[in-house]
Amino acid sequence: MVSSFQKACIVGIGQTEFSKASGRSEQQLAAEAILAACFDAGIDPASIDGMTTFSLDHSDEVDVMRSLGCEEIKYTTRLPQGGAASVSTIVHAKNAVESGICDTFLIFRAMNERSQYRFGQPHHSMSPDAHSSTFMEWCFPFGAQTPASWEALSCGPYLHKYGITSEDLGRIAVTFRKAASTNPNAWFYKKPITLEDHQSSRWIVEPTLRLLDCCQESDGGVAIIITRADKAKDCKQTPVQILGAEYSMLFNHEIISDFYQGDLIRTENSEIVADRLTASAGIAPKDTDVAMIYDNFTPQVLRQLEGFKYCGIGEANDYIKDGNLELDGKTPLSPNGGLMGEGYIHGMNNITEGVRQMRGSAANQIKNAKTAMLASGVAGAIIGV
Amino acid sequence: MRPDPIKRIDTAFFWEACEQRKFVVQKCEPCNTLWHPPRPMCPKCHSIEKTHQRLTGRGVVISWVKQVRPASYGFESSPFVILVELDEGLRIVSNLISVSVPVIGDIVEVDFEKTIGGKSVPIFKRVVV
Repeated sequence: MVSSFQKACIVGIGQTEFSKASGRSEQQLAAEAILAACFDAGIDPASIDGMTTFSLDHSDEVDVMRSLGCEEIKYTTRLPQGGAASVSTIVHAKNAVESGICDTFLIFRAMNERSQYRFGQPHHSMSPDAHSSTFMEWCFPFGAQTPASWEALSCGPYLHKYGITSEDLGRIAVTFRKAASTNPNAWFYKKPITLEDHQSSRWIVEPTLRLLDCCQESDGGVAIIITRADKAKDCKQTPVQILGAEYSMLFNHEIISDFYQGDLIRTENSEIVADRLTASAGIAPKDTDVAMIYDNFTPQVLRQLEGFKYCGIGEANDYIKDGNLELDGKTPLSPNGGLMGEGYIHGMNNITEGVRQMRGSAANQIKNAKTAMLASGVAGAIIGV
Repeated sequence: MRPDPIKRIDTAFFWEACEQRKFVVQKCEPCNTLWHPPRPMCPKCHSIEKTHQRLTGRGVVISWVKQVRPASYGFESSPFVILVELDEGLRIVSNLISVSVPVIGDIVEVDFEKTIGGKSVPIFKRVVV
């Protein structure tokens, strides 16, 4: 049992602007976001003694330390699985801090995924030995070469079984863009869309994903600082507690190209995470005040709502139609506009929004929000004040 | 033209069989379990002794997509990508060669198609019932 003074708290968040052309290196974006997070927390970057990020990040720990002047790193991890790892970083941060290995733990993510390379274009420069990408071998020669194509293929059985239409998916996109339209930090600030806009947007992957079903390639950096409760009280901001953080990766399952195991209807790993979180955080995801659900593509929201047990299997479409995800609904969805509306910093900007909601400082602040669910498929965390 | 497959040490048997128009998957030598995608060790009995088994080549389409924007790299026009549940219970990503769009539940049978470098990949055609 971890004593109350040892409990992990998020004390700093930082980010750069989110754009389509940052005009500077990914390493500089990382450094700027990290400095901003340290300033927000009121800590000296030299004191950072642990860090993590996840696959496809090009900023090396050595370079981060060189720019920020970190004196010594005692523990570092680099997680697999791309954006699905965004909330996994919270699991690692919590463990690093609560075990006593680290006092001041950094999570960072910085990418020029629009201006320097195109995240949504065919990935044909893959090394056959690249980490966690052997799946490409079984997709590339068949013309399934983009994240959108893998996502649509793996969601197909679910969408077919429950008769989910393009209009149904469109309603999800409209919800995100509505929230983004009143968030000045969002790429799509003041640019809401209608269901008609969604329906007339071009196909990216038939028969599932239109342009407005997809998050947007973005440039930007995000950083988060975590420390123990006894140290957090000396920081500048109200500490946001990590009430629970859980992770589940199951046999023979891949992430976005999840084709080979299970019925492709249920997301069993999310269900396991939901149960463990309910036990460890003492509150179920569906009973939290804000739902920050990873939204690379619209079908992901349906599958995670069911996986994290906001509703029963096959019920997510009705859950959305009933207005539960609206900003004044039962479980407001990503009030920043999500990855679709605010920017796609590979999931990390949804975590910082969760923290702002707990602090009461968000652009679209949910009244009396005390707890938030952070979800990225294989991982979930509940934070609170 | 269709890009060549990426061949790795643990997967070369699959692509080399395709060059002989044979559709095979990995089979564990001691416990006879079939696996796809291939892997260096049998997760059931942990043997590294592997052979392969020829399949019926028949299956059912359980999902399909067509990559529209950007179009599939290397192809003259984006193919229908299908996820096939094979008779043997395994699943594989491939293509349906057809003028009409795939339908979930289509019964399909394997054939082979050449790649730009003269290699071969398994593709599927509808079985007329």
